[in-house]
Amino acid sequence: MIPRHIDWTALGVFIFFFLLVTVMGFWASRWQAGSDHKHLDEWGLGGRKFGTWITWFLVGGDFYTAYTVIAVPALVYAVGAYGFFALPYTILVYPIVFLIMPKLWKEAHKNGHVTAGDIVWGRYRSRPLELAVAVTGVVAVMPYIALQLVGMEVVIKALGLTGEIPLTAAFIILALYTYSAGLRAPALIAFVKDLMIYIVVLVAIVLVPAKLGGYHHVLETARQAYESKGGATGLLLHPQQFVPFATLALGSALAAFMYPHTLTGVFAAKSANTVRKNAIYLPAYTVLLGLIAMLGYMGWAAHVKVESNSDVVPALFNDLFPSWFTGFAFSAIAIGALVPAAVMSIGAANLFTRNFWKAYINPQVTAAGEAAVAKVTSLVVKVGALVCILFLPTQFALDLQLLGGVWIVQTFPAICFGLFGLGRWFRAPALLAGWAVGIILGSWMAFADHVKPVHAFVIGGESISVYTGLFALAVNIIVAIIVQLFAGNRGVAPNAEQA
Amino acid sequence: MKYLLLLPFIGLLWVPFYNFENPYFLGLPFFYWYQFLWIPITAFITWLIYRKHYAQEEEQ
Repeated sequence: MIPRHIDWTALGVFIFFFLLVTVMGFWASRWQAGSDHKHLDEWGLGGRKFGTWITWFLVGGDFYTAYTVIAVPALVYAVGAYGFFALPYTILVYPIVFLIMPKLWKEAHKNGHVTAGDIVWGRYRSRPLELAVAVTGVVAVMPYIALQLVGMEVVIKALGLTGEIPLTAAFIILALYTYSAGLRAPALIAFVKDLMIYIVVLVAIVLVPAKLGGYHHVLETARQAYESKGGATGLLLHPQQFVPFATLALGSALAAFMYPHTLTGVFAAKSANTVRKNAIYLPAYTVLLGLIAMLGYMGWAAHVKVESNSDVVPALFNDLFPSWFTGFAFSAIAIGALVPAAVMSIGAANLFTRNFWKAYINPQVTAAGEAAVAKVTSLVVKVGALVCILFLPTQFALDLQLLGGVWIVQTFPAICFGLFGLGRWFRAPALLAGWAVGIILGSWMAFADHVKPVHAFVIGGESISVYTGLFALAVNIIVAIIVQLFAGNRGVAPNAEQA
Repeated sequence: MKYLLLLPFIGLLWVPFYNFENPYFLGLPFFYWYQFLWIPITAFITWLIYRKHYAQEEEQ
């Protein structure tokens, strides 16, 4: 499937778009620049003044990553309908965003918070809880950055390029303009990325089925493929897949905006209503995601030959598109990796600076000093991710990313409970105990299951599989309730001033 | 009115509601287009609530 020779037309188109966004990335530091350009709010949150459109492109570009474009069809190709849990997940995430994120935005805006760790510190005045939330964020987002590299690696390989130099070069360029322009760089590049992905997907879902004999034929071919594999999966869910499907969707939706990169996108918005309007408009990307998922079935109809499932999308494009459009599509995916990788490294850098450097190393650090620390940290984070991908097996990043989802959702009570009446009952010791139990239990279960996202419980002879992250979150909350009942009002009451 | 936002959770998390092949629509089994259909429905419900409760909120 993947040509071992270099397709010069495709490569030329690819390089053109890559250069275009590189110029945009460096130019971005001047785009809507604020008065106090040395402040961390400027570098790390783009001055907190992104309106509805910019936020829409930024969060869309940041949440629907290159890895998504590769991994969701790969999963559908491998397991059929079960892989479609991504659809309810990315639908249900928006009511959650609508109800929670404007409140969180207001709390952050009023108090100058930049990270989830800041929120927790401001509200509970507990350094341990702040550190727990910050460390979870950094650890969960690191493998996510590494996976963006995997997305780029797949398309670079599909272009016929070999070796590690192209990937390294691309990532160093990204690191440099993120260093200089901060969040403005991915915000600006996201316009190009999202438009390109929209074009590619709309063309693909019209053109590919037309070439392959229509959706009905595509799905029939896929059905036969799953049946010949033994019928463990198919175009519909088996009853034993119902619970894992639903719990993966819900658990992922709760986790999605606890990540540093998505929260950074929210905090960079200029008003609470900007966030709310985005909860209404962002589902447009979910339509796109559902269509992208369909590419997995098209892989069967096109009879692509792949070494690994993640090659399905590139192989499909290589086989069915003219080479100039293949180049366009691959650059869309590669640029689709740059935007989230940049925002993720900024989010991680903000956490390190605010909740570790400022909290433990230099409490007197100035706003400009914070920005300087964050910029260097963003470089370190990206180099770390690159080294991981070059020297460790890809599976390692995949496993860690999966565990990251289990971990990040454990910060949900600490970040969100204090926003709502009943949740204000909890204090830091209870939330910290719940977090610790959730992390330990979730990790232990995931490792015991050989790093699978779902855990099988046998109840009355019947086996029910549940998303490990969601189960651990339930235990996390129960532990928090028990500790709160016994520890009572030790610790600071959530600061009403803050909310 | 905010409770309307529970509808997509019920509609999508209770899989037996939609794990069917028929009827087909645009070549897709019910399972798929039902899920797609919830995208505009959820956005519409959210927009209704926004318009009623928040649209007047001053931009800060």
